[in-house]
Amino acid sequence: MADTQFDILVIGGGPGGYVAAIRAAQLGMKTALVEREHLGGICLNWGCIPTKALLRSAEIYDHMKHAASFGLTAEKFGFDLDKVVQRSRGVAKQLNQGVGHLLKKNKVTVFMAHAKLAGKGKVEIDEKGKKQTLAAKHIILATGARARDLPGIEADGKLVWNYKHALVADTMPKRLLVIGSGAIGIEFASFFNSLGSDVTVVEVMDRVLPVEDAEISAFAEKAFTKKGMKIMSKATVKALKRGAKDVTATIEKDGKSSEMIFDRVISAVGIVGNVEDLGLENTKVKVDRTHIEIDEWCRTGEPGVYAIGDIAGAPWLAHKASHEAIICIEKIAGLKDVHPLDTKRIPGCTYCQPQVASVGLTEAKAKEAGYEVKVGRFPFIGNGKAIALGEPEGLVKTVFDAKTGELLGAHMIGAEVTELIQGYSIAKTLETTEAELMHTVFPHPTLSEMMHESVLDAYGRAIHF
Amino acid sequence: MAIPVLMPALSPTMTEGKLASWLVAEGDTISAGDVIAEIETDKATMEVEAVDEGVLGKIIVPAGTENVAVNRPIAVILEEGEDAGSVDMDALAGGAPKAAPAPKPEAAPAPAKAAEPAKAEPAPAPAPKAAPAPAAASGDRVFASPLARRMAEQAGLDLGQIQGSGPNGRIVKHDVEQAIAGGTGKAAPAAAPAPAAAAPAAAPSLGTAPSADVPGLPEYEEIPNSTMRKVIAKRLTESKQFAPHFYLTVDCEIDALLEVRKQLNGKLDGEKVSVNDLVIKAAAQALKKVPAANASWTEAAIRVFKSVDISVAVAIEGGLITPVIKGAQTKGVLDIAREMKDLAARARAGKLMPEEFQGGTFSISNLGMFGIKDFAAVINPPQGAILAVGAGEQRPVVKDGALAVATVMSCTLSVDHRVVDGAVGAEFLAAFKKLIEDPLTMLL
Repeated sequence: MADTQFDILVIGGGPGGYVAAIRAAQLGMKTALVEREHLGGICLNWGCIPTKALLRSAEIYDHMKHAASFGLTAEKFGFDLDKVVQRSRGVAKQLNQGVGHLLKKNKVTVFMAHAKLAGKGKVEIDEKGKKQTLAAKHIILATGARARDLPGIEADGKLVWNYKHALVADTMPKRLLVIGSGAIGIEFASFFNSLGSDVTVVEVMDRVLPVEDAEISAFAEKAFTKKGMKIMSKATVKALKRGAKDVTATIEKDGKSSEMIFDRVISAVGIVGNVEDLGLENTKVKVDRTHIEIDEWCRTGEPGVYAIGDIAGAPWLAHKASHEAIICIEKIAGLKDVHPLDTKRIPGCTYCQPQVASVGLTEAKAKEAGYEVKVGRFPFIGNGKAIALGEPEGLVKTVFDAKTGELLGAHMIGAEVTELIQGYSIAKTLETTEAELMHTVFPHPTLSEMMHESVLDAYGRAIHF
Repeated sequence: MAIPVLMPALSPTMTEGKLASWLVAEGDTISAGDVIAEIETDKATMEVEAVDEGVLGKIIVPAGTENVAVNRPIAVILEEGEDAGSVDMDALAGGAPKAAPAPKPEAAPAPAKAAEPAKAEPAPAPAPKAAPAPAAASGDRVFASPLARRMAEQAGLDLGQIQGSGPNGRIVKHDVEQAIAGGTGKAAPAAAPAPAAAAPAAAPSLGTAPSADVPGLPEYEEIPNSTMRKVIAKRLTESKQFAPHFYLTVDCEIDALLEVRKQLNGKLDGEKVSVNDLVIKAAAQALKKVPAANASWTEAAIRVFKSVDISVAVAIEGGLITPVIKGAQTKGVLDIAREMKDLAARARAGKLMPEEFQGGTFSISNLGMFGIKDFAAVINPPQGAILAVGAGEQRPVVKDGALAVATVMSCTLSVDHRVVDGAVGAEFLAAFKKLIEDPLTMLL
């Protein structure tokens, strides 16, 4: 007879759930994890990781196009979409198995089943029709989120794709419409654009990547346009008429409506939390627009029930979920030195070409919050390594509180910035001021020198520009 | 060892004063309790008593010097066996006197003249050399983030007195912000009061909440503080600490008001006007008549508001919130009733937008429905006043020399004396009472 009594029971095996389970097990708690589909969740199977694999193919392909500028010859190069997708699936599979091993190593009991709350401290699981009830002192909801379907532009998997369909694309659309220019939309737009699709991006806000600093958005739009993407901001898709082989989209911009024909459409208009069929009805768990309300320690309104990650609201990022997982478990375990998550310290990365990465407040948000700011900027063109890499386009922007020297935010666009942003995240977590950043020795020649120069520039002391 | 005599604070709000006269001379022997000097503040002249005994070694601040900061050394007492020549007066004096009348050149150890003006600068940074600063002396390493260090320095706070909440007790930004808000961690005040810390130097330190770990407590359940709880605690503590409250109470007869309400509700289709709606209306009109009571305090000026935006306290689960009826002086009582109903419902559901509960120029708190006869509310900062409304109840009153029964509602106005003086508060309450007792005049 298998165990049915646990200290911690986690529902959902994504980057929130499996991290919570492992940390709980590390702390000596008897832990179970219930996952209905894949260990690793969307992130690992249908999100962060497989898209990075696709984008890597696109990046290398882009480099091949510019081989001559590096003194190289590459003739008759091309791509096989099936193999590009196959590689991406292989990467996801490898990591999925890795999560399984980690859970096993930490002695977490894994149930591949659907789970729902069934009364105080009880969870009913359904393993392909085989039902049983588990008991746990603490239940952690980590069921994540899924693509939002807007009426009229619902994904059908044939002509209109969501991210899941796009990840296993069976055809190269010649004309592609991407609805929504957040991270997901722009990454797919960038991928298909690099491989030769004629890509149009429609964004309802006034700029692409609307959560980023306005200067970065403007820079990105310019770069995308230069690569041949068509960007329509302040525009909405009013209707999609699905034909046999193509889709006619009615797009409204500046009060004017126009019709355009596309081979495929990718809908990336946000996500909704997976709150259904979880047995929340008879609990005090509060749900606000598909997201569970939690306090600073991830507690819901129902004692003994917690929520972490996408289901607990924005920002919808894997690393936010993992961090909440640790906070939630350590608080339950009664560890000292547990600190609530400060969302202003969560970096965000978008892996389009050029890459975008940021942490903290944008310049506009900082001013809105009443700060008097000092802003530093440093362009890639002033950096030796960037020139040597053949990546002269990009910008590193920093925003400081003029009064205290606190680093309020950092915003970057250009090659490899997603690998650089952690430097500023550490700086923010350690609460450094501009002085410590200025006193830090950055290695030469690296792209990271621009992070130094941007800080210097905020105080009128940049050396190389 | 030589003991510095510090400029005393004669009241909690005193930051500086005039050293009017010295009653002893250098070389005099003094004992504890002797009156040694006189100090003038804007309010009074007070005597300074010696706390220690010995020989007055040196007068650092001469008689007649104005604007002497609290806690600045003004003289030095030498203990037995010491003489003025053997003591480093300069070090003891710390900050030398501010510009003002320079001390007459003394024969005693001449401090390097050039250095003097530099030291005299009223630097915002604490110069706790001479002043007895508890933690500074210990020399222990204080763990603090660079940002926390700089913010503490800017606010004139002593990191040694701030409790750290970061990893391993490291002092982080949040802790310094709390210390600034709560007035703790003040460095022994040096030359000038720190600009950022609004706390008067002598204010009792707050942050040290009554210790929770008193032995012998019965078993308890710990209910973690919600964000709202923390905000309530912070703001109301701030209010009681910084806003000098005084209270004015008035009894209003509300029989006529109840009658008008009954008539109004009889004419309304399903909707209802409550006594509280009429109280809001009357308060708004009274504030329009006495705008000086619709005001708030800032260090530079008193702000008298052109609109009457009334914050109404609404109890919700786990605390309270104060949605605002904006421009209440322009609104009819039915508009107020409808708005209040909507705001209160959404407040309880936790669906208010920030702009609906932020701001406000005056507050009303009504506990009449709980049968409270009379109470005094804490001012909702930065507002200047709050009206606490009790229950309408039948009470004996004297009318034309005879006992009679009337429905009476007691209202107490809590007032920030920095903004509103007694007479203005009374004038407002008189106007309010008149409107409440003769509700038809609200139409005027």
